[in-house]
Amino acid sequence: MAQKAIREYDGKALFSKQWENYFSGFHYGFKSVLVTSGAELLAKAKEHGFEWLKQEALVAKPDMLFGKRGKNDLVLFKTNKPGDVTLADAAKWIDKKISHTTTLLTGQHGTLSHFIIEPFTPHSQEQEYYISATCVGEDDVLYMSAEGGMEVEEGWDEKVNEVVIPIDMSDADMEHAINANIPADIPAKDRAKFESFAVEFFKFYRDMNFAYLEINPIVVLENNEMAILDLVARLDDTAGFLMKDTWGDIEYPTAFGMEDQSPEEKAIAEADSKSGASLKLTILSPMGRVWTMVAGGGASVVYADTIADFAEANGGSIADLANYGEYSGGPTTSETKFYADTIIDLMTRHKDPKGQDKIMIIGGAIANFTDVAKTFTGIIQSFEENAEKMKAHNTKIYVRRGGPNYEKGLKDIKEAANRLGLFIEVYGPETHVTDIVRMALEK
Amino acid sequence: MEKLYTKETQAIFWNNNTTAIQRMLDYDYTIKRETPSVAAIVAPTSGNKFEKFFWGPDEIMVPLYKSTAAAKKEHANADVLLNFGSFRTAYDVTMEAIELGGFSSIMVTAEGIPERLARKMNNTARNAGVTVIGPATVGAIAPGAFKIANIGGTIENIVNSKLHRAGSCGLVTRSGGLFNELSNIIAINADGIAEGVAIGGDRFVGSVFIDNMLRMESNSEVKYMVLLGEVGGTEEYKIIEAIKDGKITKPVIAWCIGTIAKHFSSGVQFGHAGASANADAETAAAKNKAMAEAGIYVPKSFNDLPGTINKVYEELKANGTISDISEPDMNLVPKLRRSKEFICTISDDRGEECTYAGFPISSVATPDTGKGIGDVISLLWFKKQYPKWATQFIETVMKTVADHGPAVSGAHNAKVTARAGKSVVESLVTGLLTIGPRFGGAIDGAAEHFKYADDNNLSPVEFLGHMKKAGIPIPGIGHRIKSLKNPDLRVEGLKKFAKEFFPATPLLDYALTVEQLTTSKKENLILNVDGTIGILMVDMWRALGYSEEDINEFISSGTLNAFFIVGRSIGFIGHILDEKRLAMPMYRHPMDDILYDVPEAEKL
Repeated sequence: MAQKAIREYDGKALFSKQWENYFSGFHYGFKSVLVTSGAELLAKAKEHGFEWLKQEALVAKPDMLFGKRGKNDLVLFKTNKPGDVTLADAAKWIDKKISHTTTLLTGQHGTLSHFIIEPFTPHSQEQEYYISATCVGEDDVLYMSAEGGMEVEEGWDEKVNEVVIPIDMSDADMEHAINANIPADIPAKDRAKFESFAVEFFKFYRDMNFAYLEINPIVVLENNEMAILDLVARLDDTAGFLMKDTWGDIEYPTAFGMEDQSPEEKAIAEADSKSGASLKLTILSPMGRVWTMVAGGGASVVYADTIADFAEANGGSIADLANYGEYSGGPTTSETKFYADTIIDLMTRHKDPKGQDKIMIIGGAIANFTDVAKTFTGIIQSFEENAEKMKAHNTKIYVRRGGPNYEKGLKDIKEAANRLGLFIEVYGPETHVTDIVRMALEK
Repeated sequence: MEKLYTKETQAIFWNNNTTAIQRMLDYDYTIKRETPSVAAIVAPTSGNKFEKFFWGPDEIMVPLYKSTAAAKKEHANADVLLNFGSFRTAYDVTMEAIELGGFSSIMVTAEGIPERLARKMNNTARNAGVTVIGPATVGAIAPGAFKIANIGGTIENIVNSKLHRAGSCGLVTRSGGLFNELSNIIAINADGIAEGVAIGGDRFVGSVFIDNMLRMESNSEVKYMVLLGEVGGTEEYKIIEAIKDGKITKPVIAWCIGTIAKHFSSGVQFGHAGASANADAETAAAKNKAMAEAGIYVPKSFNDLPGTINKVYEELKANGTISDISEPDMNLVPKLRRSKEFICTISDDRGEECTYAGFPISSVATPDTGKGIGDVISLLWFKKQYPKWATQFIETVMKTVADHGPAVSGAHNAKVTARAGKSVVESLVTGLLTIGPRFGGAIDGAAEHFKYADDNNLSPVEFLGHMKKAGIPIPGIGHRIKSLKNPDLRVEGLKKFAKEFFPATPLLDYALTVEQLTTSKKENLILNVDGTIGILMVDMWRALGYSEEDINEFISSGTLNAFFIVGRSIGFIGHILDEKRLAMPMYRHPMDDILYDVPEAEKL
């Protein structure tokens, strides 16, 4: 649960849906489509209401959360000269982009899959403006500039006016503060217009529970026509229960270059969403030799920290750490078994390239209310089913845990491992929480 | 505020989370608190009035309320709100409590309150001078004084981690699980903690590290502090500033977890929602480095933290800042406890002598005690010592209603049963069973309806109109033969007593204006004895300081009827004994007194 980025297309769709409630003095056409292939684009052009795809010159670009698409040469706006891209051109370009992988200037690497297509909007640099809002520290901040596009990012301090809007500021004071900070270089004829747009932009950002909202550039055309040329947005997804109807079924894509989640990560995420407890798994290094099954959000971080430290100090590297994750909040025995099954399955897929032992860290702090014996029962059941595989990979298990019923939990897991012929060392609250990492890695 | 909590601190617990509350009460018992740390529970959807909890081997009841306002009204001293509402309701619950006032701190456990609402909530609290712990926290603890809900885990772990008595360390963490762990580390490597707060894992939390550490700086029990920070945010830099400005002078040991994040460019969320570095300065490594440069004790790694704590503790002990702690006596919470099936709150026969609401029977029974049956009723029915005028009124009522001749339905029933050869108790019961809405019920009805009219400021005309519309004859009005000119002397006696001894009689005064109106229509529509009793009982309770809700509950639970039942039992028993004495034969009703009209049943 945190701030989540949404697609440019979804951000614009939200603007369009709410336009009359905020920006009734302006007009916004919302001519945008989101497609994943050329064929889909061509099919879209045959639908009623999307005739403009055939009639107007187009602009196509990936809609996958990353910025600087111009600099990455990923904006199709011309074939020979600006404003001559046809539907067929756009479809062909998209198909070409999805046929191979792309590496961005940042080094992010992956295959493009989502594209936004819009009409080409002829305008001059003078018509471009910049506006954005986000939360800095405890306050909201509105940023405005008379210059939009790439120019604003160079010389930010001189070109951008900031308005700090505390959470308890009244609308009247907010409007006054925005009025007093309208960039001086906005032409007199557009000043009032810009101000009223900026005030409504801020209210829209606030009421829609955006964590970040940026239009760069926003283009002010004739007859109060607004063109949102580029948009970046993050929502506060904790407000989801309040905004269900307003947001609709909005998608939170993963960042470009982050490979799509593995089936195992997806399965854990699905189990997490159905459970009152918390189950999290991220695979960092599938070939890594140190696999963790740690209880608790804070403890999982210190285990990861400590594994990285000791791996590097003992001739290994960060690549030894195979996964990050945690289980907490009193998972049931079957949930814990499923989590353990998943980790053990992943751990026993590849032989260690250097022939070293596999290490399984079953760690955790002293639980506040999770029943340790109950969760360990799930792990023991998983051991029973997977013992041979674990032995085949010379798995060494290190356990450290405390909390309700921990004595029984520790005794049970030790007995089970001994019975199954697994290597195990078991420690309780008298041993420092991450000391098993030292024991496992310091050789 | 120098200390967050003391041994007298009491909380109102929002949501009936019985496991967490039991943990608090077990803690209270262990550390020998005199009062339970939970004074009241707010359970908006529960119909119950209390919840039972163990207090050591015994059980106690903690009252339940429908709203924070109702709980706060009855427990004004409880100045801590433990808000266990979900992420959907926690914001509203906190805002309402701030609005109500009287809370010095509010703990919010919900994870994932919308960020904008969390900011508003935290800001409102700060402006109102209320310390918010959380959201997304397991809470805080002042060892030996007060512990929130589940913090510290089981009672065994609490004692192992020396959280049952104050040590010397002030502890602040984000994480709840690691709070426990740190408490344990500090217990093993030093002498435990004096105060600890897990500030919560959400991006926007009410009180941050600096708020809590500045308070700990002024808490004389805290000799040094341990801060466990996280990757993300800049809160740790405020501690550095405070040290530079001389606002924090006590030794600080600190570590930021999340050094792992430097190995991964982006995309992996390590730990809490608040834990994500947006700038170089927000990385764990940068913060650890900056803190070390500012003179904070920063270990090489988390694994070395215990050693650092031990080193600082030994130094402070060597220079005399910290002295030895004498371990206090503890109560032991029994491992096996059984919940009680019955509850008694009025009398207790376990001691030398049975008591009525705390008073030995001998202290109220004999004439020299000056106590009458009215006193006994006030103790056993209301668990209060009523003043003389009230107990005398109760006695007057019971004497007045003791009998009304053999013809009334209850007395008649009792007599018929006695003549059938049944015992006193059987005969009495048949008489009592007639008491209800038609017999004796006018007392209840009069109290209920006149009070309703008075509460709603109905004029006598409006009241009559209201009753006519409802189709109910006004209970307590009307007599077979008596009128204003020929008054019922029982009524006159009750009115005279009330006028002389009651502090005030507002409902009687109102009822008399109604009587003016009804008698102007028909002269026998006077306020009768049932009406007078019901109305004066309300006036009595009002004068004794009961709330209108309490009085409404007395009426609806049938308390007024109870006076009639006890009083009239005297008469019924008199009639029964009379029958026995007269050795009257079995009664058969004369057939000529029955109208027979029995047509043959139709075939269907």
